[in-house]
Amino acid sequence: MADSRNLYQEVILDHNKKPRNFGALADATHKSEGLNPLCGDHIYLSLKVSGANIEAVQFEGESCAICKASASMMTTVVKGKTRDDAEQLVNEFRDMVIGKLDTAAQPHHLGRLTVFAGVRDLPTRVKCAILPWHTLHAALNSQRTTSTEADADPMQAPILGT
Amino acid sequence: MSSPASRNLAASLDVARIRQDFPILDLKVNSKPLTFLDNAASSQMPKQVMDRWLKYQTTQHANIHRAVHYLSETATAEYEAARRRLQKFINAREEREVIFTSGTTESINLVAHGWGRKFLKQGDEIILTTLEHHSNIVPWQMVAEEAGAKIRVVPIFDNGELDFVAYEKLFNPRTKVTCFTHVSNALGTINPVREMVATARKHGVVTLVDGAQAAPHLPVDVQAIDCDFYAFSGHKLCGPTGIGILYGKAALLEAIQPFKGGGDMILSVTFEKTTYAPIPAKFEAGTPPIAAAITLGAAVDYLTGVGMDRIAAHETDLLGYATETVGVLPGVRIIGTAEKKAAVLSFVVDGVHPHDVGTLLNEDGVAIRTGHHCAQPVMQRFKVPATSRASFAFYNTLAEVDALVASIRRVQKVFG
Repeated sequence: MADSRNLYQEVILDHNKKPRNFGALADATHKSEGLNPLCGDHIYLSLKVSGANIEAVQFEGESCAICKASASMMTTVVKGKTRDDAEQLVNEFRDMVIGKLDTAAQPHHLGRLTVFAGVRDLPTRVKCAILPWHTLHAALNSQRTTSTEADADPMQAPILGT
Repeated sequence: MSSPASRNLAASLDVARIRQDFPILDLKVNSKPLTFLDNAASSQMPKQVMDRWLKYQTTQHANIHRAVHYLSETATAEYEAARRRLQKFINAREEREVIFTSGTTESINLVAHGWGRKFLKQGDEIILTTLEHHSNIVPWQMVAEEAGAKIRVVPIFDNGELDFVAYEKLFNPRTKVTCFTHVSNALGTINPVREMVATARKHGVVTLVDGAQAAPHLPVDVQAIDCDFYAFSGHKLCGPTGIGILYGKAALLEAIQPFKGGGDMILSVTFEKTTYAPIPAKFEAGTPPIAAAITLGAAVDYLTGVGMDRIAAHETDLLGYATETVGVLPGVRIIGTAEKKAAVLSFVVDGVHPHDVGTLLNEDGVAIRTGHHCAQPVMQRFKVPATSRASFAFYNTLAEVDALVASIRRVQKVFG
């Protein structure tokens, strides 16, 4: 039986309350909008990419705590990383929350992002956690909008182009 | 605040006894007793109704309206008897005015596509309301686009009540049909359907009432409402999924086009011409959900046994108590405060997204619905992306309302 007691941890609640890198970059090179129409999570991501490096990333929008904390923690983690490293994290994060990656037993680079592992027990909330990561992937690949619902549902379809 | 009179009437409802009929209510969720407050989405089934399904499959099943053998005749008789049970439940004039469908959505689509495609012309107008569920919007948009017809929308006030004056003003000679919900699924508002139908009738306009949220909670009398069509679902009435009803006045049903063709809906078929069967068979192509229809018949018998008046009175008490106790929580806002409401309490908790509310309530075994409730125009009207919705049934208790309130307070503490 799903229990989310492990999910609403201090760190997630803190990022929800005080989101890091919140706002829009004035000098963004890449932008994307992520929307889950069914639940109303809606975020905008702006990135400043120079060569292979993600120099800056910010997000804004309206969403639930899981989505907002996921976005906030994502921005702190991918800032300063290469595009390839970021894409690898997108895949690992997705695999973790859909239960394909056991972070306790398998190698990964997720670090403190493992606080979201509990989402795997709450299928209806997986898309909340994964939306910022889908949006990051979309921004890096110059897609204007994305969603984790319908065709882009992480439970149904793999992220394209990875 | 509910009236003392209704509390007295509700007191005659032995909820503790009734709950023994619903095995699922004994479930534990996350080691807590289940508090099921998502009845507007689907209600639970009592043993007596489950037993009816079992009896049908065990002793009465065969295909209907076809063979001459014992089981086919028995199944046919039971299926048609179920139709009469539903006829009585909504006080339809004739049993042939009761069509079995897969649910409210199919019922509305049957009218939109069957009636709309045949009678709607370029420039005609359809009146809908802001309160509609998507299932009473999208089929009409599909048909309107095809015909070149226009959709006009009745606004609502801040308390979730329909602007009746605005509704009356929308009528003009181009208005052909008006479709509105009896009870709002997102807010609980009970619409003045008799008055709304009377207005439409004055203008010679066809009326469809979406009764999905009304049939489980109020006594419904389609002759008193005088609507042309009335749609509702079985699974919100303690019946099974996959079965619902379209009531229609016989003359209109006879005039409209069936939108599903197949077996059991014809008189004769040649490759040159098919003659349709009379109603209701015209609309029940193929093998219908026989077991579900018969089981729904048992469900409305069960509800009638409990008493729809008593159900309404008890739910009024639950809603009154919930409105009082949730309404006084600081930082909680109730969305939908119409004077006349059915058992729906939509609310938002300041600073907490409804999906987080829903997930945290689930930890306490409290099942509510969170989201836009397939009524995005209502959410847009109140400028919220979603709400949390507790919806009650006659088997719910005041103690379960207390569990809801305690759980909301815990949410506020977690997010504090």
